[in-house]
Amino acid sequence: MNAPVKTVGTSVKRTEDARFLTGRGRYTDDINRPGQLYAAFVRSPHAHAVLGEIDTQSALDVPGVAAVFTGADMAADGVGGLPCGWQVIGKSGVPMKEPPHPPLAVGRVRHVGDTVAVVLAESRNAAKDGAEALMIDYDPQPAVVHLADAGAPGAAQVHDDVAGNVCYDWEIGDKAATDAAFEGAAHVTRLDLVNNRLIPNAIEPRAAVGEYDPADGSYTLTTTSQNPHVIRLLMCAFVLNLPEHKVRVVAPDVGGGFGSKIFHYAEEAVVTWAAAKVGRPIKWTAERGESFMTDCHGRDHVSTAELAMDADGTFLGLRVRTLANMGAYLSTFASSVPTYLYATLLAGQYRTPAIHAEVKALFTHTTPVDAYRGAGRPEATYLLEKLVEKAAREMKMDPAELRRKNFIRPDQFPYATPVALTYDTGDYAASLDRALELSEYATFAERRAASEANGKLRGVGFSCYIEACGIAPSAVAGALGARAGLYEAAEVRFNPTGSVTVFTGSHSHGQGHETTFAQIVADRLGVPMANVEIVHGDTNRIPFGMGTYGSRSLAVGGSAIVRAIDKIIDKGKKIAAHMLEAGEGDIEFKDGVFSVAGTDKSLTMGEIAFQAYVPHNFPHDKLEPGLDESAFYDPGNFTYPAGTYICEVEVDPDTGHVTVDRFTAVDDFGTIINPMIVEGQVHGGVAQGLGQALLEGCVYDDEGQLVTGSYMDYAMPRALHIPDYRFDFTCTPCTHNPLGAKGCGEAGAIGSPPAIINAIIDALGPLGVDDIPMPATPHTVWQAIQAARASTAQAAE
Amino acid sequence: MSIAITMTVNGREVSGSVEPRTLLVEFLREHLRLTGTHVGCDTSQCGACVVLMDGASVKSCTTLAVQGDGATITTIEGLANGTTLHPMQQAFNDHHGLQCGFCTPGMVMSAIDLVARVPNPTDADIRKGLDGNLCRCTGYQNILRAVKAGAQGMQTGMGG
Repeated sequence: MNAPVKTVGTSVKRTEDARFLTGRGRYTDDINRPGQLYAAFVRSPHAHAVLGEIDTQSALDVPGVAAVFTGADMAADGVGGLPCGWQVIGKSGVPMKEPPHPPLAVGRVRHVGDTVAVVLAESRNAAKDGAEALMIDYDPQPAVVHLADAGAPGAAQVHDDVAGNVCYDWEIGDKAATDAAFEGAAHVTRLDLVNNRLIPNAIEPRAAVGEYDPADGSYTLTTTSQNPHVIRLLMCAFVLNLPEHKVRVVAPDVGGGFGSKIFHYAEEAVVTWAAAKVGRPIKWTAERGESFMTDCHGRDHVSTAELAMDADGTFLGLRVRTLANMGAYLSTFASSVPTYLYATLLAGQYRTPAIHAEVKALFTHTTPVDAYRGAGRPEATYLLEKLVEKAAREMKMDPAELRRKNFIRPDQFPYATPVALTYDTGDYAASLDRALELSEYATFAERRAASEANGKLRGVGFSCYIEACGIAPSAVAGALGARAGLYEAAEVRFNPTGSVTVFTGSHSHGQGHETTFAQIVADRLGVPMANVEIVHGDTNRIPFGMGTYGSRSLAVGGSAIVRAIDKIIDKGKKIAAHMLEAGEGDIEFKDGVFSVAGTDKSLTMGEIAFQAYVPHNFPHDKLEPGLDESAFYDPGNFTYPAGTYICEVEVDPDTGHVTVDRFTAVDDFGTIINPMIVEGQVHGGVAQGLGQALLEGCVYDDEGQLVTGSYMDYAMPRALHIPDYRFDFTCTPCTHNPLGAKGCGEAGAIGSPPAIINAIIDALGPLGVDDIPMPATPHTVWQAIQAARASTAQAAE
Repeated sequence: MSIAITMTVNGREVSGSVEPRTLLVEFLREHLRLTGTHVGCDTSQCGACVVLMDGASVKSCTTLAVQGDGATITTIEGLANGTTLHPMQQAFNDHHGLQCGFCTPGMVMSAIDLVARVPNPTDADIRKGLDGNLCRCTGYQNILRAVKAGAQGMQTGMGG
């Protein structure tokens, strides 16, 4: 029998596509249960108000409304608050403030969209009618909205017991060494910058279906989640106080997440609790307007940064101060994003010997802010790569060469940075060189001249990013305050007739695990891909799982599958040794065949699987029947994908319109399983980064009203905005996981914004523009051009 | 008040009784349980709900069910011929034009409408033609490739 063709490293077309392309995907809103009620949530129209009387009868009077619940009802049942999974310890050992976050507000609302009540009705429209009819007395209070105001004396307080709205005031790195580096510096480059607040906008709105079965007292929550086991744990242990073995959480097909579907949201707990309360299934699906108001937002930093260099451009020290917006409540992983996912990345690809960063996290009367594609790492990369490019301008050095001069060299790995991480491997010059070549940097001046001849301004910008992915070694995460382990689990089960069912704790919501993971399993076990099924997203079917985020699915989840496969092969060798009457140590496994070394005696994987389930002559004291193994994999370190992005833009100086003319991405993701899927991940990530750089910005007015509350107001990237990209990969395999994989999901969103903004600043340099904020909309760019021209004219007078 | 409506959906005559405010997408998803057509927004911007009504694309989230009375509707479920995918569906698979799959039904229906109007679309035609469809996953590049290939496939009657 010929072994199936190996597919790892090739662009196998996705197996999951068939159901999505024919309308047979099964998303949460596609699920309906007999007798279900529909939930509509009543949300605060005020950024801050004291809650008065809620007249539930006003909604109950609406035809079709079956029940109305408020925060008081949940409190009476002893329901707890939504927890935060990461405790950050600030300066002087002061732990972060964790104010309560009841699923339905109690006493006070703290952001527009804060959840006040739920109306359950026989139809979606009746529920909405009931929600509209519900009379609630609000006593509006002053709100604090912007980071710059949140810490000011006399600012409105978001929580009574959180003085100055400070969640934590934290630092990392060696302050004394950094100060000393600055004292000895020949040049210091300074930068103030804002990382604009974003709204994630997975195209599938969040949804949840809660069910209760009185027969055995069990609950089922079907929800739009990237990590159903995490939701089960948080909801059972902290919110509803339910035994985990009585709760099943299912995350079926999920229409994009980008971080926003990691978190445990109020609606999940409410529909689960209410299902038992009324004895009927409860279904809720967000409208897009609710998504804008209640999906956790991303980014929202205000920072100052300083880079100290010697006279030839060698980096000596980096000093960073950042204010980070937490919104009104601490979401599931909010506290870790501006600390351990941000400041630990400030070394970038460079040998900067001394770094000190201070981060103050503040509460405001806005939607909670948490991880969004990249989570902290885009903020670090934007700051560092904008700063380095400014340094190059000030030092009159080529931005590529200034970077190259300061790169950590290949012979310096493993490399311990001054901000807690140890990079395992990389070759930063290799990706820079390939990107320079692919982008035709050598002939940039010609293109700039051609643009100029057309009345346009052309600029080029760089970004050499690094990220810490494969989240995370549990011991490290635990030492830094994580309240969970961050391993992954897998089970590989042979069925008697030779097909394989793989249960993974990773969750696919666009990443293509059903294909990529099957490629790995098929190659390693020597079975056809068509005989491998990947099962994910159900706590009742999968042993355990920490889910998908932080570009961890392949590096951590894939590694767990490999560990389970290794156990299968070990067990197979035992069975083969028995069947072939050989010593276990003499059995070799290759390409799906177990053979006795040096003989022609062999059995195929399929034959071994069959024997495992039909063990008519197994020595029962030595050999267990069955071929089903599970494994937990806890990574030894983070992984460190890195690369170089180069962007060329053309700016119309009359309109401020920016066209991304060419975008080059060269990434080192370690070993790649399916290049087509990886490239697709980069495409999408870059599009989101381009969105942040040019289009997207969440805007609140001074009263805390969300101005960008719909697709009419919040500019999403469309097909018209995205250029064709130029792509390539370099490869230094990860040294500490069995796949050599580093992860690829977030790179595009991390690396692209600084490349684009640097390019715009480069283009506008001749006009005297030295900075551009994100998003660089035509209006913003036009204003910067006008201001520079006015200032030039004034100087000339 | 309920209104009786009848329409032909994916070649099958269906009828129902709906509230006047019932949207076409609600009729498709909740009355007919054709859940391939999705709802991604409430302002007619995202295009996840696009279906063909009498051959032309409409956003079924901003079309009333009663407007479909007497019409012929094609949804994503009505494209494939048995197990043979429509050329545009095949092209999306061939060119990795989808990731999470949520925008995909609307994207495919819009692309088919575009090609019906512009048989050999240029990149610019496609970018403009898909302006009413949002995708957060793919960055559109592979969708562009897929639609080009799908257009060719529709010309020749072959898969992309």
